[in-house]
Amino acid sequence: MSQTKNRSIEDIKTGDSVQKIAEQYKKYSFKRGILVALALLMLIVFVVLDIMIGPADMSFFETLSIIFNPGNATAQEQVIVWDLRLPVAITALMIGAMLGVAGAEMQTILNNPLADPFTLGLSSAASFGAALAITTQISLIPGVGIFLVSANAFVMAMLASLALFAFTKMRGMSAEIMILVGIAMMFSFNALLSLLQYGASEMELAQIVFWMMGSLVRASWEKVAICGIVLAVTISYFMSQRWTLTALRMGDEKASSMGVNVKRLRLTALAWVSLLSAIAVSFVGVIAFVGLVGPHIARLIVGEDQRGFLPFSALAGALIMSGTSIVSKSINPGVIYPISIITSLIGIPFFISLILARRQRMWQ
Amino acid sequence: MMNTKTLAVEGLNYSYGKKWALYDIDVSALQPGMLVGLIGPNAAGKSTLFKCLSGMYQSQSGAILLGEQSLAELSLRKRLKKVCFMPQFFSTSAALSVFEVVLMSYKQLAGWSVSAEDRLAVARALDLADIGHLADANIAELSGGQSQMVSLCQALVRNADVYLFDEPTSALDLRHQLEGLTRIKEAMRHRNAIGIVALHDLNLAARFADHLLLLGNGRLLAEGDPDNVLSQPVIGQTYGVNIDLLQTKEEITHVSAYL
Repeated sequence: MSQTKNRSIEDIKTGDSVQKIAEQYKKYSFKRGILVALALLMLIVFVVLDIMIGPADMSFFETLSIIFNPGNATAQEQVIVWDLRLPVAITALMIGAMLGVAGAEMQTILNNPLADPFTLGLSSAASFGAALAITTQISLIPGVGIFLVSANAFVMAMLASLALFAFTKMRGMSAEIMILVGIAMMFSFNALLSLLQYGASEMELAQIVFWMMGSLVRASWEKVAICGIVLAVTISYFMSQRWTLTALRMGDEKASSMGVNVKRLRLTALAWVSLLSAIAVSFVGVIAFVGLVGPHIARLIVGEDQRGFLPFSALAGALIMSGTSIVSKSINPGVIYPISIITSLIGIPFFISLILARRQRMWQ
Repeated sequence: MMNTKTLAVEGLNYSYGKKWALYDIDVSALQPGMLVGLIGPNAAGKSTLFKCLSGMYQSQSGAILLGEQSLAELSLRKRLKKVCFMPQFFSTSAALSVFEVVLMSYKQLAGWSVSAEDRLAVARALDLADIGHLADANIAELSGGQSQMVSLCQALVRNADVYLFDEPTSALDLRHQLEGLTRIKEAMRHRNAIGIVALHDLNLAARFADHLLLLGNGRLLAEGDPDNVLSQPVIGQTYGVNIDLLQTKEEITHVSAYL
């Protein structure tokens, strides 16, 4: 731009430099699409591997044929794949996607890359609910039968998010206030949980601890269906808000100058994120790091334009959980390690390397 | 279609709770194609006035008319299509590219697909502001001046009747201040749109504005031709300084202030 040129936006001929900038973006969005497709492909491979691995040996292609052609399989193979392993594999995928989406949107609305679905005390509330079921058998929803622990965990997580909702409605919707109230809630529920654990019998204590470590063994087709529906609804909602959520990352003032109703968006998104996390945690227990790391991977690979960020966060979460499920069965054949242990052990080094990579970029 | 709408403000009042920020602001019809300088000390109400004009704040009383239409009748989304407001800063750690954020502004947060035409419009705006080389850069890693140029692009890529720029040059070096305001002025003239620019630098206001509004303590203290407004004693009183007016070689008023 020099003073001799007297141009206005309408005057500019679509010259080479302009064409080049436009081309560059076109290439970039194409690349982003390819990356999402690759992640999807990788996820399919992971899921098949997840189904393949177990006490009864099956090859990759045998597994594929049993999945897509169950008529040709023996009754035993059908039971192993369809009744035992498929629900677990699909649950892993769905829970991973749910945590990935919940984490991505939590980080977006709280404008904080360290937020995850459990930052706001939802997992502590769920654990307290589960412990309440285990120690007192008190059901917060009557008539749930064998789903007692899950139902209590869910109700408590939703109550916690309702409380958060009420607080933020009263005291303003800034991200800082939400985080502070969430942290206060986390400590309160942790204290209540400790109280229950203190009074629990050895048997109950073991049950609580085991529940909190997270397990995919509790998978069932009913749970898969519930997860599928919730995931479909929430992803549709977040996709419908793709531009407003992306704009929110420019700061509240910038977003509202573009017409985003920041307060309403934050509250609505919080409601959906709470539902996602509450269901995930009540079905499989507390799973660390997926909701934190999944979106970080997505951010590094496709950036934060929600059109790429949201699907990729879901895929990254699903990939981590599927991978975890595979690892939890492979370390020591015959033993399935609790998944939260695996996600943390893989997650912590990964997380630290992310932070270091970030520091390095800042120094350059 | 050429825009021929004027912008007028009648008896505008705004308060934050009990604290009044704007009293009874009357602005006579601002003509299309005009660049209006909004000057006044810190906390005079410049940003508040912008937020009232854009509809982000709802004024307690008064009317804002674009042509014959009262802006209060429009939904916020529709209003922001006519009145484009550019806040002074954006702060972000987001992993978004310069191209993406300008595209976001161009699409006005709507639509699924990005057409070849959309891409070219954004590319043109970046080229115009001479930040085409930054198209792929992460906005979190830009300098203050660069991000202000990006904000400028976000505004100029839109097609509005009124543009409000809150301190668009505060982080820019001398040359970019002049270039940025030149681009804004050209764009307003070309589109026959009304641009209101909040400026702290009275010399930039004298050089670029066709019309000046002086705000002090929430009141409109003076309005009119820049040379006329700047020569009034009210300027020095409002800012709490002494002022000498000089004429540059180009016969532009130069304001020299001292305590």
